[in-house]
Amino acid sequence: MPPEQDIPGTPIFGAAAAQRGYALNRMCFSLNDAANRARLLADEDGFCAEFGLNAEQRDAVRRRDVLALLRAGGNAYYLCKLAGTFGLNVQDIGAQQTGVSVEAFKAKLLQAGA
Amino acid sequence: MAVIVGGIGTSHVPAIGLAIAQGRQQEPYWKPFFDGYAGARDWLAMAKPDVVVVLYNDHGLNFFLDKMPTFAVGAASAYHTADEGWGLPVVAPFPGDPDLSWSLIESLAGEDFDLTTCQQMLVDHAFTIPLELLWPGDQRPVKTVPISINTVQHPLPSPQRCLRLGQAIGRAIVAYPKDVRVLVLATGGLSHQLEGERAGFINTAFDKLCMERLVDDPEFLAHHSVREFVALAGSQGVEFLMWLAMRGALGEQVHRVHGQYHVPISNTAAGLLVLEPFGARSTSAAA
Repeated sequence: MPPEQDIPGTPIFGAAAAQRGYALNRMCFSLNDAANRARLLADEDGFCAEFGLNAEQRDAVRRRDVLALLRAGGNAYYLCKLAGTFGLNVQDIGAQQTGVSVEAFKAKLLQAGA
Repeated sequence: MAVIVGGIGTSHVPAIGLAIAQGRQQEPYWKPFFDGYAGARDWLAMAKPDVVVVLYNDHGLNFFLDKMPTFAVGAASAYHTADEGWGLPVVAPFPGDPDLSWSLIESLAGEDFDLTTCQQMLVDHAFTIPLELLWPGDQRPVKTVPISINTVQHPLPSPQRCLRLGQAIGRAIVAYPKDVRVLVLATGGLSHQLEGERAGFINTAFDKLCMERLVDDPEFLAHHSVREFVALAGSQGVEFLMWLAMRGALGEQVHRVHGQYHVPISNTAAGLLVLEPFGARSTSAAA
């Protein structure tokens, strides 16, 4: 099986993460439904328990920590639905993962096109 | 007989859909990007496709990890959108063309492509936004056939396999007995990466190489591995797989009609490329 991360800073979502992250990703997938988004925001503990998140996943959700969510098996496309439920867009999570301010992250993107 | 009028590759960033919904096309951030699509619309007005085969990747609206098809072909009379979880408005359903769908399915299966066929299939922003860019407003004069390629869960199909799929799609279309004009639309890319410490990665040199070589030497690009595409274009830059399939459908030689490369849109390098098969009529008719 190919390595999960041999490109620096670039997790590959393959067999290992897909199995490890199944419960977390299933919860994120459920957030396509507005009623589930409301339930998560109203009772985060109960909602995470319902989907069977393990302690590492539960803690990563609690801390809104995207790198930890990825380590716990989260898939980027599904995690976007969780981030969106918490009011975070892709610039917000990009800044968080790279350890810079949102403004600095946006500036770096603009610089790429300059 | 059916004819392939051309192929279009375009990015499908969700933020584009929000900008359309909010009417922000003329704002300074957005104007250069949206203005680039006028050239594609001018060409469409001449090419006049009746059906669009849309090669795209689902982002967790229709497919989950319980069942993840490598190649999924829509075979419905209409394709609905739905809430994707982060604020993009639901838009009106898109008409399908089940007869062309099943003809493609028969032909592709006959060439040993193992497909998932979908008589119900929700389509996400990767399907809707490019169609909204090419035909603004609620009315568009085309039917659609969605084909989703897995870019969610590795292993993904190889670039070589996607090019071959596209070639088989091209053969299937031109063998279709009805007189319909078909556009092959690929959505995704160009370089971008949402996750990891390398989030925000953009590689303009590689994007430009891809847009150039796709025209005249797609085999060169298809010889890259998925891993090489991820390394060079970012985790989601691998969505260029769809562009390779589109190019495959157009045959040996193509003519570049129009293109744009704009960085950034949200976290993404946005590309647009309009290609016409060599000998197609719309350009010469316009001359």
